[in-house]
Amino acid sequence: MSMELAEAKVKPAVKARKARGIKAGKRIERIITYVLLITLSALFIFPFLWLIGTSLKPENEAMTFPPALLPKEWDFANYKDVFTIVDFGQYYVNSIIVSIFAVLGTVLSSTLVAYGFARIKGKGRNFWFMILLGTMMLPPQVTMIPVYMIFSKLGWTNTFLPLIVPQFFGSAYFIFLLRQFFKTIPKELEESAFLDGCSTFGIFWRIILPLSVPAVITVALLSFMWTWNDFLYPLIYLNDDAKYTLALGILQFKGALLVQWGPMMAASVLVILPLILLFFLGQKYFIQGIATTGGKG
Amino acid sequence: MNKSRTFQFYMFILPWLIGFLALTAGPMLYSLYMSFTDYSGLGVPNWVGFENYQKIFSSDPLFWQSLWNTIFYTVFGVPLGLIVGYLLAVLLNANVRFMGVFRTIFYLPSLVPTVASSLLWIIIFQPDFGIANAVLSFFHLPTSNWLLSEQMVKPALIIMSLWGAGGGMVIYLAGLQSVPASLYEAAELDGAGKFRKFWNVTVPMTSNVIFFNLIMGLIGSFQIFTQAYVVSSGNGGPNYKSLFYVFYLYQDAFKFFKMGYASALAWILFIIILIFTAIQFKVFGSKVYYEHDE
Repeated sequence: MSMELAEAKVKPAVKARKARGIKAGKRIERIITYVLLITLSALFIFPFLWLIGTSLKPENEAMTFPPALLPKEWDFANYKDVFTIVDFGQYYVNSIIVSIFAVLGTVLSSTLVAYGFARIKGKGRNFWFMILLGTMMLPPQVTMIPVYMIFSKLGWTNTFLPLIVPQFFGSAYFIFLLRQFFKTIPKELEESAFLDGCSTFGIFWRIILPLSVPAVITVALLSFMWTWNDFLYPLIYLNDDAKYTLALGILQFKGALLVQWGPMMAASVLVILPLILLFFLGQKYFIQGIATTGGKG
Repeated sequence: MNKSRTFQFYMFILPWLIGFLALTAGPMLYSLYMSFTDYSGLGVPNWVGFENYQKIFSSDPLFWQSLWNTIFYTVFGVPLGLIVGYLLAVLLNANVRFMGVFRTIFYLPSLVPTVASSLLWIIIFQPDFGIANAVLSFFHLPTSNWLLSEQMVKPALIIMSLWGAGGGMVIYLAGLQSVPASLYEAAELDGAGKFRKFWNVTVPMTSNVIFFNLIMGLIGSFQIFTQAYVVSSGNGGPNYKSLFYVFYLYQDAFKFFKMGYASALAWILFIIILIFTAIQFKVFGSKVYYEHDE
């Protein structure tokens, strides 16, 4: 009895001391967190600043030691030179054409296929779904050479077709992402539409797709980004420099002996810019899309 | 499962099914066949049996060099990328202010096209006027030739890859945010400190995302090509130290037109990736936590 009383008396004091200790500990922890975050942010931002800085430096300033982040003299000439040294405008147009058609193909086919996998119970569904997942692990190099032979037999080398047409057959990654999303849509909606006499395609087109706009935007953004960034396939298929996409065209500034640093960095800025803009416009779709596929892996 | 549903199912997946048969399954079989021929891109393939495979394993130093380069890059790059991405996510998950700003800063580099980021890092690593050496010499540390050095070209490429670690961070962050707060509370009641909570709650509860990133990171890492192609101007130098596996395969197929030989290389790559993936499932698979859905 007395022990308990004594304990009860001691407790508040101990608790208060403990609480102060925890508070101080929490404070230190937060300070450390912010110091780390700010240091790491500086490290991650730094290459961007370097990129922009170099793109604005006149030629004689690009190669000085010690290097300066900012140019002494701001020079936008590099941005003009980008378009005169090579046919950068043409590369831009090419990249836009390829990306838009690739996105169109990916979205149309992947949504359709994903709906089949998500909602239509057909014989063999699980089997094909396992195959689909399996293809995500297949290195594309295994099929790259025969596919190249097919496209070259069709006379498609040096055209955009090998970069666009395969997208119309759907991409395993996006089919998987969309299937996960479709599965979260309540089934009752489809059932009542079915009772109203709506066809399966009608349900997909008029009910599922409108409800899936965020997922579709995610897929469109990611597929745009991947096409825009793709290097290996344009390298294999495009050999006439009027057909180059940006990823190939930008390499023109890096000759084997002579590198034009300023224009090269200005060109890089111009290649990155549309992606950054798209990111800020569709930020939440980017983050959500990546997170949902990853989490369910 | 009635017949008409089955028919509908196949109508919906038809685009993918055609693509799978024509652009994946068919080419896979054909590439397996080609790996036993001397096909050069022109004329007809001649059957040569196991000759390509024999040559690859017994008398092709560039195969071993490129395989070693790739394994080095993977063994150091993948775990480092994983740790950096996870660390960033854990920091962001600590209820910090301006979380959105920090997240954007860490994520943006992973958006930069590989060609553009490689060109940028060429300037940063430039031996004479690059900022990397300027910083090192400021602190009186030894400088390096980086991308032009046989020893440093792979570590330099790994540093470049870490700049893009924010892509993985986004996935970890989603995983971290889905850990129920009740688990932390229960751990606190049991007297668990900061690190115990991290090791015994956070890490196990996010093991599925870690595992996913590990598998995908490894598959991606084995296919490294663009960075190395850009920084070495397409030759895999210095002295083949940046000639990675897919880079070598590309050269054989599309520069030297050894299509049969390159097909054999592709199949060996496929089998190596399968083995590595199986090992990961064996070692970590049983330790991964999955939340029950459906």
